[in-house]
Amino acid sequence: MSALGELRRIKGSTPPKQRNQNRAAFLFLLPWFLGLALVTIGPMAASLGLSFTRYNLLSPPRFNGIDNFVRMLEDERLHTSLGVTFQYVFISVPLQLGLALLLAVALDRGLRGLSFYRSAFYLPSLLGASVAIAMLWRQIFGVDGLVNTVLAWFGIEGQGWISNPDTALGTLMVLNVWTFGSPMVIFLAGLRQIPAMYYEAAAVDGASRRQQFWRITMPLLTPIIFFNLILQLIGAFQSFTQAFIVSGGTGGPVDSTLFYTLYLYQRGFANLDMGYASAMAWLLLVIIAAFTAINFWASKYWVFYDDQD
Amino acid sequence: MTKTDPAVDLAPLTESVVTGLPPEQVRDDRRKNAFRKPVSSLIRHAILIAAALLMLYPVIWMVVSSVRPNDVIFREPGIIFDSFEISNYVDGWNALSYPFNTYLLNSALVVLGSIVGNLVSCSMAAYAFARLDFTGKRFWFAIMLLSIMLPIHVIIVPQYVLFSQLGWVNTFLPLIVPKLLATDAFFIFLMVQFIRGIPRELDEAARIDGAGHPRIFLQIILPLMVPALATVTIFTFIWTWNDFFSQLIYLTKPALYTVPLALNAFQDAQSATDFGEMFAMSVVSLIPIFLIFLFGQRFLIKGIATTGIK
Repeated sequence: MSALGELRRIKGSTPPKQRNQNRAAFLFLLPWFLGLALVTIGPMAASLGLSFTRYNLLSPPRFNGIDNFVRMLEDERLHTSLGVTFQYVFISVPLQLGLALLLAVALDRGLRGLSFYRSAFYLPSLLGASVAIAMLWRQIFGVDGLVNTVLAWFGIEGQGWISNPDTALGTLMVLNVWTFGSPMVIFLAGLRQIPAMYYEAAAVDGASRRQQFWRITMPLLTPIIFFNLILQLIGAFQSFTQAFIVSGGTGGPVDSTLFYTLYLYQRGFANLDMGYASAMAWLLLVIIAAFTAINFWASKYWVFYDDQD
Repeated sequence: MTKTDPAVDLAPLTESVVTGLPPEQVRDDRRKNAFRKPVSSLIRHAILIAAALLMLYPVIWMVVSSVRPNDVIFREPGIIFDSFEISNYVDGWNALSYPFNTYLLNSALVVLGSIVGNLVSCSMAAYAFARLDFTGKRFWFAIMLLSIMLPIHVIIVPQYVLFSQLGWVNTFLPLIVPKLLATDAFFIFLMVQFIRGIPRELDEAARIDGAGHPRIFLQIILPLMVPALATVTIFTFIWTWNDFFSQLIYLTKPALYTVPLALNAFQDAQSATDFGEMFAMSVVSLIPIFLIFLFGQRFLIKGIATTGIK
């Protein structure tokens, strides 16, 4: 075969190449297709089916129509868990992102020792999801814990932060805020993308640092803020480990740390109420999807894309 | 944020007009200028160091407390090694029904299986999405992206039913097999992004030499995507090592406990009396993460900066 023939084959003829690639693509994607069918879509469909049944693993599922959903309407603990989760998500995520943004801006501008600070602030996000840190949290916010020892120096009498239903959720929020390092690194990468000449042009026009921040940095960073917001919201709705460890699996005291996922776990795997747990899982999916959709819709009004002008 | 006189900001610009330096460099110069104002930069560093210390304080305190006698731990908020009670580690290691190395080994097995699974299956899928044209590509790609956001809780119940019917409960299979089937779609996305950055001319050249897709994938693409593979390895390690939810559900026999489950058992068994031992084993459990952080930071920072994973 001549070189010219080879070249023409590469350049022009899509039809035979297409067929070849379909087969190759199928083979390359085979594990993923299997996973999608057996581990993702299949179970999703099954869980939708199970949500209309009563099922305890031991005897076959019994269809009970919309009973599970009706029960959800009357289930006080479910409502509590939704309230706890919403509080956790809508208080700790904005605080976490705000802190991440603040530190990212403080660390930008070619600060010496950037990599040291970045590491120090980033490390907690790697550790924060672990059981060990959740256990540590339980100790330092306990009655005899570190926090109260430090407060005592200032003559403030502490309390059992974890055993008090008014403050227990707060300690978990602090833990989530503590892991602001990963959104911070994303913000730092975003700040790098802003061309220096924008700032110079603004400086020529006499804009102050504050004006530069609000008129240049913030608008150009909104896509990153949006991205971080979506990511952290989805993650926070699914928090489980910290509440489980800090409350010893109960969601207490008085259900004050009963995250939605924790309640789902209790119903499904402790009470073997699998049908109800499936219905709960679908409600969670709907909630997360709804908030993500609302975010995307709202983003039209506040997220600024540089390439649209 | 301090308000600065615009005239100060203009100085380097006038300088650039005089020297004719490109604007990028001028901004660099201005950055350096900031450090010639020693007072404000000193204050800034002081605040940042205080903040960093506050952030790391709980962790450092835990490490120091792990070698303190029990009766001292909560009376001593200092973070200087003042005693060296190694017995916490010895006793903690053997406090549960199996020595702690059992749990470390179990975790290591799950982590290793997950890493191999993710590397093989996700890189294959990524190659297809990045380099091959096939029917419905956009549709499947969208499905892949959507699956990233799917909460595990939506599928966990039927998945549990499936795996328990296969007799896989109390084995590591439910934790590893899904990884072999590329269910961590995040990594597919990360690798697609990376492969897209590899010049297509390399594939074309190999194709002219008669290489098929398996060879192009194995001999051209894979060697070039080592940084992406490293990122995936590191993140899989950290996520799997820290994972609690699925391990809690699938592993109920103490002999099969992974490190997070062992720590959880620790908390139940000790009923919050032996903090020294508990902290000692917590420290042991965090050492691998810390080592990964020390040596793999480059990949971690790059990984989250480009895809936004944790």
